[in-house]
Amino acid sequence: MKFIDEFRDPGLSRRLADKIAQISTRPARLMEFCGGHTVAIMRNGIRQLLPPHIEMLSGPGCPVCVTANRDIDRAIALSQVPGLIITTFGDMLKVPGSYSSLQQARAAGGDIRIVYSTQDALQAARVNPDRLVVFLGVGFETTAPTVASAVLQAEREKIDNFYILCHLKMTPPAMRALLELGETHLNGIICPGHVSTIIGTKPYQAYARDYGVACVVAGFEPVDILQAVEMLVQQIEDGIARVDIAYTRGVRPEGNIRAQDLMNDVFDTTDACWRGIGDISKSGLSLKNKYNRYDAARRFEVELPPVREHAGCRCGEILRGVIRPVDCGLFGKACTPENPVGPCMVSSEGSCAAYYQYGAHDG
Amino acid sequence: MGEKILLAHGSGSRLSHDLISKVLAPSIMNPVLARMDDSAVLNMSGKLAFTTDSYVVNPIFFPGGHIGRLAVCGTVNDLSMSGARPLYISLALIIEEGLDIDDLRQVMASVKDTAVEAGVQIVTGDTKVVDHGKADRLFINTSGIGLIEYGTDISGSNARPGDKIILSGGIGEHGMAVMSQREGLHLSLPVTSDCAPLNHLVSVMLSVSKNIHSLRDPTRGGLASTLNEFAKQSDVGITIEEDKIPVCDGVRGACELLGLDPLYIANEGKLVATVTEVDSGKVLSAMKKNKYARQAVVIGEVTTEHRGRVVMKTSIGSSRIVDMPVGEILPRIC
Repeated sequence: MKFIDEFRDPGLSRRLADKIAQISTRPARLMEFCGGHTVAIMRNGIRQLLPPHIEMLSGPGCPVCVTANRDIDRAIALSQVPGLIITTFGDMLKVPGSYSSLQQARAAGGDIRIVYSTQDALQAARVNPDRLVVFLGVGFETTAPTVASAVLQAEREKIDNFYILCHLKMTPPAMRALLELGETHLNGIICPGHVSTIIGTKPYQAYARDYGVACVVAGFEPVDILQAVEMLVQQIEDGIARVDIAYTRGVRPEGNIRAQDLMNDVFDTTDACWRGIGDISKSGLSLKNKYNRYDAARRFEVELPPVREHAGCRCGEILRGVIRPVDCGLFGKACTPENPVGPCMVSSEGSCAAYYQYGAHDG
Repeated sequence: MGEKILLAHGSGSRLSHDLISKVLAPSIMNPVLARMDDSAVLNMSGKLAFTTDSYVVNPIFFPGGHIGRLAVCGTVNDLSMSGARPLYISLALIIEEGLDIDDLRQVMASVKDTAVEAGVQIVTGDTKVVDHGKADRLFINTSGIGLIEYGTDISGSNARPGDKIILSGGIGEHGMAVMSQREGLHLSLPVTSDCAPLNHLVSVMLSVSKNIHSLRDPTRGGLASTLNEFAKQSDVGITIEEDKIPVCDGVRGACELLGLDPLYIANEGKLVATVTEVDSGKVLSAMKKNKYARQAVVIGEVTTEHRGRVVMKTSIGSSRIVDMPVGEILPRIC
């Protein structure tokens, strides 16, 4: 299949792995920010191809995983409001909130429907004019433009039964928060591919400059990731830190201006709570005042139970790259994909789920 | 608007009899069924296999098939995977009030065609109609009886180290066809269900080898589940090669888009077999002559290492574990 097979080429992968082994002389600690990268690394067995002194840590780049308990609790509470249809991406269904999950809320009678795009959610509003339809806006800069476009479309078509529960987040502030915490002593970051398609590479310049961290934007195929690791190692070996793109077929330095304009038109930045990291200033998106009428949080008042964190769950430290999933005492024991304690074990892009699914529970 | 199923069609009244005699029975009639007694009386002797399954697929019509063909294939295949020759099938319909009778006719026509293709007879049946909203259009249960004729002991517990693992063709087609229809995904490369009766294929395989140890059709949970079941039931390790597993471009593309793994997507017309290395060649060439197994291929082998686990050599030359799927398979956010 075009644009896939050439980036899974075994010979090229092997040559890249050999090159990395050849040029790498010192320990390096790299973080893949994005959950999609974590899955690709585990699924293709990329870690086994790297020298042991190159450590790969997973970052907070799974939108489901970093959604705070309170925000999930709110979605669950909304799902029990009579007459409401909740539309959501499938990943969110199983994530435990403080006491329950959307999956359980659906079993309890909530009308919760899985959609594949914000357009599907908008369509649900169109074909159910007598019902109120809420879309759970969870995601990063990849999802935000599609939400913005749905809001504008709803306005154009005068669809007045469509609402967004907006928990969209932005990646650069989170990355800065991690670097600022300084817990992980990173040498390099594999910057997210799809997010960078939208935002470009400018936001990362400051990390390279201020924190001396090498940054390379990567795609999601094995060759993409190995190439990014090779470029990171080269920077580290050369003692430099800058932003490179190993995903030139998907990312331009300036990003997608049209998508950025859409986001700027519809959203303001706001403080947001990230699971595991806490409140990060200006890291979230909220609907601008002129689009207030689409804001589900304003439109529907629900009573929320007191927030409860799960005892023993170390998702927070895992999301910050402080520990690996296998270092958590619950991993593979009390916490499995069948009975997840924390969100990192639930989402298909969660690092615990990826480690578990692809065999790291065997050590 | 076409004629619809009414509650009265299930009441035992004249309407019920009309439905059975005009819509349901004619297409599947045979001497056993024609007696119209309370049970089918069958003349059989030997070692029997008996199985049952219910079909609640949504939507009931999907690219490449529908619930009727599925209900016959599913039970035929379950019997076949025990090494049995399927002979008789029961057919029980639970119909939601309001179903188009034309839809029911179409389902029955294909039940008939599939039964003819598989060489099985539908010898008993039942029809119930439930209130609107109490079922989703049409549910079907089929049970089946087959005769074990080859004197082989085929079981998921019988995979032995050294066995080759043969897969009969491309994976993920049924699950992706149903998902794309249900969710209205307009795929540029449409995927059609592989739904097919595999009894003739199995019969050919058993006729060329006495050394087929395990057979299973990787339905829900996909190839990954079936291989994990073999590994656990037989207490052996299984190693497969990613590059060897056929996946058509339509399934690959849709999986890439949705963040799904074809290893976990359902099939309804494929089988996996473990066969001694010596016999694997002749089984494979016999399979390739069957229209449902042209792409049959050895995808790996059974080992004494990593017992209870399935390990896959990845395309780029590394390896990883293939675990059982967990819960509902859901597409990702981004």
